[in-house]
Amino acid sequence: MSAFLEIRGLSAVLRGTDLRLLRSVDIDVPVGTVRGLVGESGAGKSMIGRAVLGVLPRAVEIVEGEILLDGRDLLAMPPVARRRLIGARTAMIPQDPLTALNPSRRIGRQITDRLVDILGWEPARARSRTLEMLAEVRIPEPERVLRLYPHELSGGMRQRILIASAFVAEPELIVADEPTTALDVTVQKQILGLISELQARHGTALLFVTHDLGVVAKICDSLSVLYAGKVVEDTTVARFFEAPAHPYSAALLAATPRHTDPASSLKPVPPAVMHAVGAEIAAADRSWRPRHG
Amino acid sequence: MAEALFRVEALRVELPDMTRKPLFGPVPRLEILKGLDFEIPRGAVLGIVGGSGSGKTTLGRTLVRLMEPTAGRILFDGADITHLPDAAMRPLRQRIQMIFQDPMSSLNPRLTIGRIIAAPLNATSRDPRVAEALGHVGLPAEFVHRYPHELSGGQRQRIGIARAIAMRPDFILADEIVSGLDVSSQAQVLNLLEGLVRDLGLTLAFISHDLSVIRRLCDRVIVMQTGRIVEEAPTEALFEDPQHDYTRELLDAIPTPDPTVRW
Repeated sequence: MSAFLEIRGLSAVLRGTDLRLLRSVDIDVPVGTVRGLVGESGAGKSMIGRAVLGVLPRAVEIVEGEILLDGRDLLAMPPVARRRLIGARTAMIPQDPLTALNPSRRIGRQITDRLVDILGWEPARARSRTLEMLAEVRIPEPERVLRLYPHELSGGMRQRILIASAFVAEPELIVADEPTTALDVTVQKQILGLISELQARHGTALLFVTHDLGVVAKICDSLSVLYAGKVVEDTTVARFFEAPAHPYSAALLAATPRHTDPASSLKPVPPAVMHAVGAEIAAADRSWRPRHG
Repeated sequence: MAEALFRVEALRVELPDMTRKPLFGPVPRLEILKGLDFEIPRGAVLGIVGGSGSGKTTLGRTLVRLMEPTAGRILFDGADITHLPDAAMRPLRQRIQMIFQDPMSSLNPRLTIGRIIAAPLNATSRDPRVAEALGHVGLPAEFVHRYPHELSGGQRQRIGIARAIAMRPDFILADEIVSGLDVSSQAQVLNLLEGLVRDLGLTLAFISHDLSVIRRLCDRVIVMQTGRIVEEAPTEALFEDPQHDYTRELLDAIPTPDPTVRW
């Protein structure tokens, strides 16, 4: 079975410079699976998610590679067709549920607007589907919540709204960008459980951006470890936590806090490892010339 | 047993609830801390953990007298500092230091690292103390000429630590000081802090929402929920045999980096 999302040799630079931000990235997300994108700040994990959704900042320029959605290369399509395809078949769960919702508009409208205006649904169908979806993310009294404003809901409730909004049009791919980082651990557990449950029930492909290997262990099937815009390890969750193959990802795992084993966790990344991964990237850059360059 | 460095008795903090302020008449009060009793022994590392809104930051700020308690007593080194006026508090300030959550907003972007660390020191002892503090946090002495924006997040947080220990304090309050850092620098900062507590004989209160980090660093833990202490125990006991439902709920919710452990 081919993957629903396939990223092939994707490289990006800071516009007008030779500074590489993404380095020949390859990532697959098969139908119905969850792929974790892991790395430290600045590794490029959010950038990959945004490239897939076609919402990169203007300063980032893709110089080579393919982003195949169900076999069609997004980068080779005219912008209007690309936006239509992305809008119809993908969705996003953002990090901060407060800034992602418009504070001056009611919850209901914020979900149905996209269905009606962009996907061309009948307003009545959009409304009934939204109510169904709110019930599915276990929001009590969905009829009443539709009329509320974002500030009237707690952080966990707001994140449920965004999850409902992501799943409402049955997308085949969802990009989740650190969806629980701003939440308390107890709420995080509920929200991750909910995302997992919906993803499995709807058979959605999920690209899950996170800095937390603990979260990866709980909800992903496979993961890509990024450093400086390069995938240093691409493996399954089972294999990774058994024995990570790349020294950098092994060091990252050893640095992750683990309350069940405090003595062997929170190990600082050895300078030699940082050196080696830096050298690996410099070597890859020396042999790289952008195709159109 | 020696007198505890900090002793807190029936500590209460109330603030005006401006979200429910009527047009006329008195503003309703919101109880943030609802009567807390605990001690911090000399040389101990006390973890304070809880969800958002549990009052852990308010507790820390009240302890170091950045906020005024409504009722109760705070004893530092045997002396009552609950309502000590600023002038009388001042000599104690150098013994009670604080490290903040976000190093970017707690370091003045227009000052060099050298001036940031030297600011509270008196002129005669400045240079050697600054160099000594930088040495303690494992940064080269040349850093005195740098500005905060030139440093990484982990380095900035180490400057925050250097500024606190340059005063040679007895007590440091650290409020979520690693939550904004990547795991690799998080581990470094924690190891550093652990070493400093041991070598300099510091007493530390470590506020965090992350129980895994607390377990690594702290001797005792206070678990807070909606302004109350729901459990207080030695770290080992808290993790092995939690007594309160909320503590168990917090422990169960930690995503351990191990896919074979069911969640």
